[in-house]
Amino acid sequence: MSEVKYSKEHEWIKLDGEEATIGITKHATEMLGDIVFAELPEKGSNVDKDGTAGVVESTKAASDVYTPVSGEVIDTNQMIVDDPSKINEDPEESAWFFKLKIKDKSEMDSLMSKEEYEKFAKETSV
Amino acid sequence: MNIKKTSLNNLHIKYGAKLVEFAGYQMPIQYKDGIIQEHKYTRSHSGIFDVSHMGQLFISGGDDLTNDLEKIFPADLKKLKTNQSKYSFLMNNKGGIQDDLIITKTSDGFLIILNAACKYNDYEVIKSKLDNQYKLNLDESLSLIALQGPEAKNVLNKVIPGCDSLKFMNGNNYVYKNEKVYITRSGYTGEDGFEISIKNSDAETFVESLIENGSKLIGLGARDTLRMEAGLCLYGNDLDNDTSPIEANLKWAIPKSRIETEFVGSEVLKNQFQRGVKKLRVGIKPDSKVIARGNTKIYNDKNQEIGKVTSGTFGPSVEHPIAMGYVDNSYSTVNTKIFLEVRGKKIPANICNLPFYKKNYVKGEINV
Repeated sequence: MSEVKYSKEHEWIKLDGEEATIGITKHATEMLGDIVFAELPEKGSNVDKDGTAGVVESTKAASDVYTPVSGEVIDTNQMIVDDPSKINEDPEESAWFFKLKIKDKSEMDSLMSKEEYEKFAKETSV
Repeated sequence: MNIKKTSLNNLHIKYGAKLVEFAGYQMPIQYKDGIIQEHKYTRSHSGIFDVSHMGQLFISGGDDLTNDLEKIFPADLKKLKTNQSKYSFLMNNKGGIQDDLIITKTSDGFLIILNAACKYNDYEVIKSKLDNQYKLNLDESLSLIALQGPEAKNVLNKVIPGCDSLKFMNGNNYVYKNEKVYITRSGYTGEDGFEISIKNSDAETFVESLIENGSKLIGLGARDTLRMEAGLCLYGNDLDNDTSPIEANLKWAIPKSRIETEFVGSEVLKNQFQRGVKKLRVGIKPDSKVIARGNTKIYNDKNQEIGKVTSGTFGPSVEHPIAMGYVDNSYSTVNTKIFLEVRGKKIPANICNLPFYKKNYVKGEINV
């Protein structure tokens, strides 16, 4: 049974046992516009909750990607580096960013459910 | 201060624009299709740009007008035929660019198209330099619409017949709905195209008729990627008060006939023509997919800072990151290896020729 949660920085995280898959939300891609560049963390590196773990750039500007939980990077999605437009096409499924071996599952508790995130996204968008 | 709206504001909203503030105006950054699709549609078909925020300054009255304007602008205005346009500059005494602009000779004087953010200041500067002798009208009852792309001439000809005979950097009067419109063949995208000066009250129906004939509204986002691919400067990014036309690699816009004559900034330019310049605007192509935006620092292979990026983006038609900026003149040769500092890393790049995307203008008799 996997659990999907959302951060205020517009990342989604899916937890399967110890393995967390992280990407950016559809709402985030709509705010960014056409994505033309993606940079991912190094495999084997450790990232800390709310720390920078990548960059996306649209035609307009660059934005940092944050990790909603701490852990070790066990995999990254080369597909979105090779073709960043895939992030606009399928942000919450095939265009995931990186996978972590999660350090502390309790870090998931402060994140939002799908309903909470949708409400948050609606309230914070202009 | 209130944010101004152009006469196309309702149309922008109707076609799903994301509106932003730009130079005091509420302007569309993009529509529903997004920047890349809008960019490509302009290159393959035609795009409509609301550039009504730009200044349309009409100057007339008096036999000495041409002479007096030549004391301000480094263009060869005496040789300009009626309806012919030239790219030129308003400079300060140090040869720095206060604005880049297009001057067109009209039947009773000159029309100068000014950048939106500079127009009120330009007006005051030009007025004071002309000693209030002439009639100056920064006409805000007119909208300015650009139609750009390979299909532009076919689309516009259906709405205003006959305009396809205009040559590049030439204009003329036409009639739309019994009202005078002034059209020039010019633009800011690297494509063939037109700029149409039209009464505010006619602008919306005019643009709707262009849309009915197959064109689409394009936002400022794609306008920026299109002009960068075409190697064209954006005032405030690539040109400013501390940069001369020679440093900006726009020497071609200062005719030989004017180099020895006097105009605002002429001493500095003459000196730069003779002795060269320290910094020069160049095209920059990163080796990788990393985008270097404006203000990115540029280094040589010895890790010494040699310049700064002034504009950078992903070029949708060239499908690669592109940039332009200023480097120490000794590094300005094409294929020189440089390094761009992006997020703390040094990204290899090369100095390259401009434009990134080859121009497609309809050449006329004049030589730009």
